[in-house]
Amino acid sequence: MSGHSTYQPSNGFAKWLDARLPVGRLVWDSFVDYPTPRNLNYWWTFGGILSLCLGVQIVTGIVLAMHYTPSAAAAFTSVEHIMRDVNYGWLLRYMHANGASMFFIAVYIHMLRGLYYGSYKAPREVLWILGCVIYGLMMATAFMGYVLPWGQMSFHGAVVITNLLGAFPIVGDAITTLLWGGFAVDEPTLKRFFSLHYLLPFMIAGVVVLHVWALHVVGQNNPTGVDPKSKADTLPFTPYATVKDGFAMSVFLILFAVFLFYMPNALGHADNYIPADPLVTPSHIVPEWYFLPFYAILRAVPEKLIGVLAMFGSIVCIFALPWLDTSKVKSMRYRPQARLYFFIFLVVCVILGFCGAKLPDDQVIPGLTTFVLVDSDLNSFVWLSRVATLYYFAYFLVVMPLLGLLEKPLPTPETISSPVLGGEHKD
Amino acid sequence: MLRKVTLLAAALLLVGGPAMAAAKAHEPEPVAFSFEGPFGRFNQVQLQRGYKVYREVCSSCHSMTLLAFRNLGDPSGPFFDPEYSAEKGLTSNDNPVVKALAADTQIPDLDGETGDPITRPGIPADRFPSPFPNIIAAKASNGGIAPPDLSLMAKAREGGPEYIASLLQGYGPPEHGVTLAPGQHYNKYFPGGVIGMAPPLAVDKVSFDDGTKSTVKQQAEDVAAFLMWAAEPKMEERKKMGFSVLIFLVLFSGMLYASYRRVWKNESH
Repeated sequence: MSGHSTYQPSNGFAKWLDARLPVGRLVWDSFVDYPTPRNLNYWWTFGGILSLCLGVQIVTGIVLAMHYTPSAAAAFTSVEHIMRDVNYGWLLRYMHANGASMFFIAVYIHMLRGLYYGSYKAPREVLWILGCVIYGLMMATAFMGYVLPWGQMSFHGAVVITNLLGAFPIVGDAITTLLWGGFAVDEPTLKRFFSLHYLLPFMIAGVVVLHVWALHVVGQNNPTGVDPKSKADTLPFTPYATVKDGFAMSVFLILFAVFLFYMPNALGHADNYIPADPLVTPSHIVPEWYFLPFYAILRAVPEKLIGVLAMFGSIVCIFALPWLDTSKVKSMRYRPQARLYFFIFLVVCVILGFCGAKLPDDQVIPGLTTFVLVDSDLNSFVWLSRVATLYYFAYFLVVMPLLGLLEKPLPTPETISSPVLGGEHKD
Repeated sequence: MLRKVTLLAAALLLVGGPAMAAAKAHEPEPVAFSFEGPFGRFNQVQLQRGYKVYREVCSSCHSMTLLAFRNLGDPSGPFFDPEYSAEKGLTSNDNPVVKALAADTQIPDLDGETGDPITRPGIPADRFPSPFPNIIAAKASNGGIAPPDLSLMAKAREGGPEYIASLLQGYGPPEHGVTLAPGQHYNKYFPGGVIGMAPPLAVDKVSFDDGTKSTVKQQAEDVAAFLMWAAEPKMEERKKMGFSVLIFLVLFSGMLYASYRRVWKNESH
């Protein structure tokens, strides 16, 4: 937090450097002395876990790039060369591929934590938006990374997603041509995706610096949503937060290791082990799991342009959240009604994910044919995704603005330490 | 409202129930492969039999371009011999069995002096030779569709090795009114049921050197195991490393948790 620094250079060199470039002071103020609310729970450890994920992706990615060939003719075999002939290449590639999934698991938990505890509310709007920018960059990076092995799902996924942008009037065709580097997904597309896939993670790292900077200006939110008022409410980052973050990271790595070593292909798709063939379309094109809810929103709308707008709109809603939520109370701990809508929202996101993985006309309840409503049977995933999409938008555009005005929140504590020291149970 | 919809749905269920008669592929039959589970390993003798099935049957139509003969002698491979491993300062290239298997095949090459196309006996560094000189030839000889490469087949299909084993045994007369054109066959495990590949296996089609009875089931499961190894040759190394990593992480997490408790001992939170 911006305040007066307690850094004491410990030796002559540190003193000399502090007068010239105070990096030691910066690290001390940001990661040692930095006051953190004493009541942070484990949901607050995902920021640290995410920086670990970014580090893992960048380090494994740089080594993979030393062995990978970004060309339509050689990309697929170069990935298999990594898997078979490069020392520990299989480890690097599986770390990178599963690491992407772990990154998204962590980022979704991190975002939902922010949503639940109102971490986007004043004065943390810029912090929240920077986080949304990181998430957007992550999605672009992950999408382009998935294209690089040049398997069937890589290729046809790239065709489907890039074609979406063509739906925009006037500029659509120009954008897709620019993305493709030609008139179809081909060699130039792969080359520019590789280049951008290498660039974007460093942009993410840059925005992460801004995100952490903004965090250290406004300070962390906490489960009560009440800002720290005195020194009794906070503890220094080191050792208190570092040891807790370290423990959480290690547990998270166990999950990562189980996927990496025992089911490295469980989150992928079998079709991506078939080399890309523009003339053979897979029977069922699906994106990676972390995009499935958005894919379901896209397909819920019969009109292509509106579908694309709905998909992008679903992300814009997250950006606009600080101004959509009208409640003065940050934490949903004290907003029982908001909590109910939040958990429905959570379930709806999971349902959207399921819908995205299914064919639109597949039956939700097998064997049950009902009646055709507009264009599809009511008992179909397309209708389920329509209902879910409606709730998704209603949550941001109706529930959030209205609930803050209508609900009656529970009383919030005076200070962080009052409920804590008062012995109230923690959740 | 919801109740009304449910009732309506229940009523319509009676009317529209049997509308889904489209040919759905059968789920693959489960096989208890030795490499399943966190401690599963390849059965080396089974991989050797599987290689024989591939070499004598499959390889007449299917390529395996990602595999080299030297891979057969790599750790956990079908012909791995600890005598010819890195610990002894040797590699699979020195393994006489691997050398002999490679030498059994003819590899297209260019004459180093004249540049004329020739064939020569294989060496361990050679990749498995492909049955057709190019994709056009492969298509022309197979009714317009090239037989897929088998290097990654066990990872490139839902169901993996179990699907392969089932498919190879799944031939039979067409079910529910499927009509077959000349050169087509019915296989209940193949999506859509109509497959171009003729039944490749038969009793005693491959004779196993270890005396195993050569049934179609045996051949199918052995070649499926071989293809799993071919698709994921580092599987044993991966699981072994995973075990050590997990033990380390569990202990490390325990130590970090103890540190956490100690650091926070006097702080309420």
